Amino acid sequence: MSSVTSPTPQVSLGRRVKRFMSDQPLVPLIILLIALVIVLQILRPGIVNERWLANTVKFSIPLALLAGSQTMTMLTGGIDLSVSTVATMAAFIMASQAAAHGAPVAVLLALLPALLIGIANGIGAGVFRVHPLIMTLGTSLIGAGCLQVYQRTVIATGTRIPDLFTWLGTGVTWGIPNALALFIPVAALILFIQKRTGFGRLLYALGDNEKAARLSGAHYWQVILALYVFSSLLAGVAGLLYVGLIRAPSSLSLAEPLLLPSVAAAVVGGTSIFGGRGGYTGTIVGALILTVLTTLLTILQMPEGARRVLFGAIILLVTAVYLRITEDR
Amino acid sequence: MTSFIRRQSWVSGLFALLVVLFILTRIIQPGYGSGDFGSLARAALPYAFAVAAQTVVVIAGGIDLSVASLMALTSVIAASMMNSASEEYALFVVPFVLAVGFLVGALNGLLIVVTRVPDIVVTLATLFILQGAALMVLEAPGGAAAEWLKASIVGTVAIPGIPESVTAWIPKALVVLLVCLGLVWIPLKRSALGLSIYAIGSSELAAFRSGVSVARTRIAAYAIGGLFGAMGGLSLTMSTGIGAPIPGPYLLASVAAVVLGGVTLGGGKGGLVGPIVAVFILRLMRTDLTLLAIDPNVTSIVEGTVMVAVVMLGAFLAMRERRP
Repeated sequence: MSSVTSPTPQVSLGRRVKRFMSDQPLVPLIILLIALVIVLQILRPGIVNERWLANTVKFSIPLALLAGSQTMTMLTGGIDLSVSTVATMAAFIMASQAAAHGAPVAVLLALLPALLIGIANGIGAGVFRVHPLIMTLGTSLIGAGCLQVYQRTVIATGTRIPDLFTWLGTGVTWGIPNALALFIPVAALILFIQKRTGFGRLLYALGDNEKAARLSGAHYWQVILALYVFSSLLAGVAGLLYVGLIRAPSSLSLAEPLLLPSVAAAVVGGTSIFGGRGGYTGTIVGALILTVLTTLLTILQMPEGARRVLFGAIILLVTAVYLRITEDR
Repeated sequence: MTSFIRRQSWVSGLFALLVVLFILTRIIQPGYGSGDFGSLARAALPYAFAVAAQTVVVIAGGIDLSVASLMALTSVIAASMMNSASEEYALFVVPFVLAVGFLVGALNGLLIVVTRVPDIVVTLATLFILQGAALMVLEAPGGAAAEWLKASIVGTVAIPGIPESVTAWIPKALVVLLVCLGLVWIPLKRSALGLSIYAIGSSELAAFRSGVSVARTRIAAYAIGGLFGAMGGLSLTMSTGIGAPIPGPYLLASVAAVVLGGVTLGGGKGGLVGPIVAVFILRLMRTDLTLLAIDPNVTSIVEGTVMVAVVMLGAFLAMRERRP
């Protein structure tokens, strides 16, 4: 800032690079992603091929969808910790209803709890002004309980995953994962909402300065309600896709391991947890980084404990470095 | 002054709720006696320490997602150190584990201060790190605990001069809990550090301008949280006799009880008494639902609903207060 005032156009290379990166926050992330892939290739030559690429993309997509919920809610300074429960509920209900009623009805039934939890979250956070962290934790607790009770009642019917979701989850056409057929439109929708609609601008505005946004005429509770409903439905869709990929329809903790990584993916992708800054493109790269990182740590054949330690340390390191790079404007 | 009265009214409301629940328990199960109360206190012990850890941090304006993992780590450290060791060795293990908790907490605070990454992200990262460390110490549940440690939370306290019918209602676990919390909390609340913790939670900028060292206070708050977390880990080892590397459900429960106990997320308000009473309310509610032979899964629905309803009510009251 102060050094710019000097009349000489000679700015040191390091400073120029830094300023370029802070203007283009995606660049350091993509560099990190490529670096991770190169390390992977060095450690296990030949692993980086078409099949590996397809697999990485396949496993990144459910994470990126859930992280989409986190990105959207974080823009307003919130967070949605009910996504994993919503995703698991959607997956389990879809799989248990598909046997009796067919896929379309099952999908609609599966998204119903997602809608309800989204509305509850939105009313709690928007109307009653409960901290979103608490609100979504509470609804996820309720949801998990309901799911277990529901499981008791349908234990006899058995579960089945419709072919469509197996095709979407695991299928590959000409080397390209079929899941992209779902993900690209959804991601485009999220980006469109964030960048091109009034609703998206309101999200940034509320996260940046809530008071100013309200004084400018934003209806807080309406925006928040719409946001959490959208976030929850997105999580439901992610659950439907994930069960097609994992193929464990009767698991009641299916998407649970994705909850904290989904927060991490959004944070690593440069979305500020305090709101007002970030975007979905960074989150997608963040999800890819986390997936490659997981592969890397698996290949190193470390014990589970050491792997988790490294995972946590790297998330912290990346976030800290990234903040340093982008913050200094 | 009004906020003081309001806070007291919230805590006394909680006490009233606890009494109502006790009466309800006696109605449901007329045989509910001192022995059951003892096991309630024992079951509440790790929850209470987890809540205490969370409370200190939340009052300072932060949040600690790593508390359950820290409890798992300290529990396995204690259990593996006491494994096939002499009884006296445990005298060394206890302060060592408490020191580990204190240092890990301080490290949390230090990372938040130095990296300037939001606390929720830092403690999310340390959640993974501590979980991994716990798995490295002990891969599967195991280890052992010294007999005197295990005995220290079983049974009741006998006080000479007081009839046994009264002392039967004073389980050792409750005494241990109150002594451990009181030894740390009461001096803290009266000290300048305690005041600073409330100050930075209330308004960081105002505290800074009043000459409070915000960074040092934040680190201290997390360190004390870590100390309580280590007590929680020790209490896990004491009550089960082993250490388990997989964290229990203490993170969720601690946040729930903190909010139910009248501590506002965002910091600066509340005390330790409310959250501890809230722990007992939540535990007793679970007991009641079990006594009523209700499906344990329904219990978690009820717990979640109560938690959501309470925080909504609290937020609603706060909103009415702001808009006269």
